[in-house]
Amino acid sequence: MWERVYHILLKEFLQVLRDPRMKAVIFVTPIIQLLVFGYAVTTDVKNIATAVYDLDRTPQSRELLSRFFASGYFRPQEYVSQVTRILELMDKSTVSAAIQVNKGFAAKLAAHEKAAIQMIVDGTDSNTATVVMSYAAKIIKHYNEDLIAEAIGLPQGVLPGKGIDLKSRAWFNINLESRMFYVPGVVALIGMLITLMLTSMAVVREREIGTLEQLMVTPMRPVELILGKTLPFALIGFFDVALITAVAVLWFKVPIEGSLLLLFFATGLFLMSTLGTGLFISTISSTQQQAMMSTFFFYFPAVLLSGFMFPIANMPVVVQWITYLNPLRYFLVIIRGLFLKGVGAEILWPQMIALGVLGSFVLTLSSIRFSKRLE
Amino acid sequence: MNLRRVKAVAKKEMIQILRDWRSLGMAIAMPLLLLILFGYALTLDVDQVATVVLDRDRTQVSADFVSRFGRSRYFNIREHVSTYEALQRMIDSGKAQMGLVIPYDFSEKINKGEEIPVQVILDGSDSNTATIILGYVEGLVQIYALDLSRTPQYRVYSHPVKRSLPLVDLQTRVWFNAELESKNYIIPGLIAVIMMVIAALLTSLTIAREWERGSMEQLISTPIKNMELIVGKLLPYFFIGLLDVSLSVAMGQFVFQVPLRGNLLLLFGSSAIFLVGALGLGFLLSVVTRSQLLASQLAMVVTFLPAFLLSGFMYSISNMPKAIQVLTYLIPARYFVTILKGIYLKGIGPKVIVAEGVFLVLFSLGVIAISNRKFKKKLV
Repeated sequence: MWERVYHILLKEFLQVLRDPRMKAVIFVTPIIQLLVFGYAVTTDVKNIATAVYDLDRTPQSRELLSRFFASGYFRPQEYVSQVTRILELMDKSTVSAAIQVNKGFAAKLAAHEKAAIQMIVDGTDSNTATVVMSYAAKIIKHYNEDLIAEAIGLPQGVLPGKGIDLKSRAWFNINLESRMFYVPGVVALIGMLITLMLTSMAVVREREIGTLEQLMVTPMRPVELILGKTLPFALIGFFDVALITAVAVLWFKVPIEGSLLLLFFATGLFLMSTLGTGLFISTISSTQQQAMMSTFFFYFPAVLLSGFMFPIANMPVVVQWITYLNPLRYFLVIIRGLFLKGVGAEILWPQMIALGVLGSFVLTLSSIRFSKRLE
Repeated sequence: MNLRRVKAVAKKEMIQILRDWRSLGMAIAMPLLLLILFGYALTLDVDQVATVVLDRDRTQVSADFVSRFGRSRYFNIREHVSTYEALQRMIDSGKAQMGLVIPYDFSEKINKGEEIPVQVILDGSDSNTATIILGYVEGLVQIYALDLSRTPQYRVYSHPVKRSLPLVDLQTRVWFNAELESKNYIIPGLIAVIMMVIAALLTSLTIAREWERGSMEQLISTPIKNMELIVGKLLPYFFIGLLDVSLSVAMGQFVFQVPLRGNLLLLFGSSAIFLVGALGLGFLLSVVTRSQLLASQLAMVVTFLPAFLLSGFMYSISNMPKAIQVLTYLIPARYFVTILKGIYLKGIGPKVIVAEGVFLVLFSLGVIAISNRKFKKKLV
């Protein structure tokens, strides 16, 4: 049996790696994807292009504005002299925020009156807008505290007894960099796509070209064919995961706090379900186009419902139930736990069991279907 | 160009598409599925943060402070623990996203009017969520401090000067999406992503399939010209694409009530231009690779990921590093996303998006021209 498996494995490797362009797709594109992902996917809001409309033009107004720009969150894009210009800049998306200081700002402060300043935020991207507004509120709060301190006659920054002194600490990702959160997830995403696509199309290609019939007249048994058709892609999947993990650790300096051995064990469990799904898709498709569309139809929602970008806790309850069937959901918890939190099997065992159960179920089901279709 | 031959190719392609109803069904169901997911299930808005509390003071005063978190819709107190280790375990296992630690002398210090250190621990793995949670905590603590300042212990706040204190009042206004709903910016951008992916995925197989099955030889033996083949092959997919756009726009309008402030004609006009480019790109991949597996893998890599990540659809381009920002200028979806968001949320007219429009036209003409050159009616 193993000799026949070995031969089909060899044939599969030859076929995939014969084409140098396919080699590039398997070994180079994951790295490129990770690099692009790692740099592009950031939800950290910094250097917000801001239009400034200062009607007061006093040292006080300039001091207030300089606080905005010294914070690192805002960047002056243009000093405008007309309100209409703000509208124009916003329409073109040249700026996403605008600060307007009205005439008489300094005078009002001197007269101990409330002095208003206006902030306009482009709400197109609601998430960024929320963050921008909280930055602005924080800057103004500090400014006010300093004003109060000055009025009472205390040095700046030592206003006593706000009542509560909030000491916040972020664990696992001290600087709150979004890259640390996304990069481990990308490792899972890429491993999934490669194995899913290769497995689902490998069988269908034989069927479409007509070589499957030749395989069927050989003494090969279905089990051997399944092993021969999944093992090479499992190996490629493992290799890709190792490759991108290396890039994540060496290039992006994402810490890997947990055990590497556990990571590979969990990857094995995860690949069981992706290979099983790929095999299943191959049994329900008769052309490569169908296989590809089905793969995509499964992959895209699986990514969206995995907690990769959108927290599962925010989803409606019914949708949350559906996510329990998603292998990526469990693997993301494991891989993030291993990378960032450095936890081990004592905490991750429920996810591992879920992956194992899901994987064996899918793999068995599709193997049975696959054998039936061959007969 | 001979229209009769174009029609013949288009008809043959159409028959082939209709025969494979499953692929066609998925091409039409995919946009609907994605829109429903993004409209109902996926949100980046944070609330009901799972919170674990370690109250070491256990007095009426500290309980009152904690209950303010409990009453807020942003927090959901999952558990009260009695040791720091238990709190740590809750955060380690992901059962809680935030830990609140109240010191032994909380009420004592309040009675004396001193400053009280309260510790907040956040699961920073998801930095975005953590930042937003921290903002909520700060807001809540500020209100608490304000209430405290009215008590006699915190006299410093009722200092006589305070009544006439100069203060800056920040008035914020949000333009274009005043309710700050994420669906209002996700759905217009999503249309671009769906278009790009569906269009390129579908066409990436058309030529490669003919090569793999051997029917290309028959095609070569006919008098058909390159451009006739390209137009004929793309035409049916163009209509599928337009159908997808119409469905998406209709759903955005009637199901999700995304405000459409701009011109519908402009929306469809720019979609058509973009569609030609996206279809052409898939076609080009098909011509160059001659292999369905390779073409579909490449289509996934060069359309899906860039359209999803580098187009400004979800992750705003201005937050990216400079080098990546330069790269985004090469992504056609970037221009289309800008156009769509502009038309939807800002109601801008053709004048504002001239530059984007010109680029899209150039891109579409470019890929078609390259496909035309690359496609050789030869058996090599």
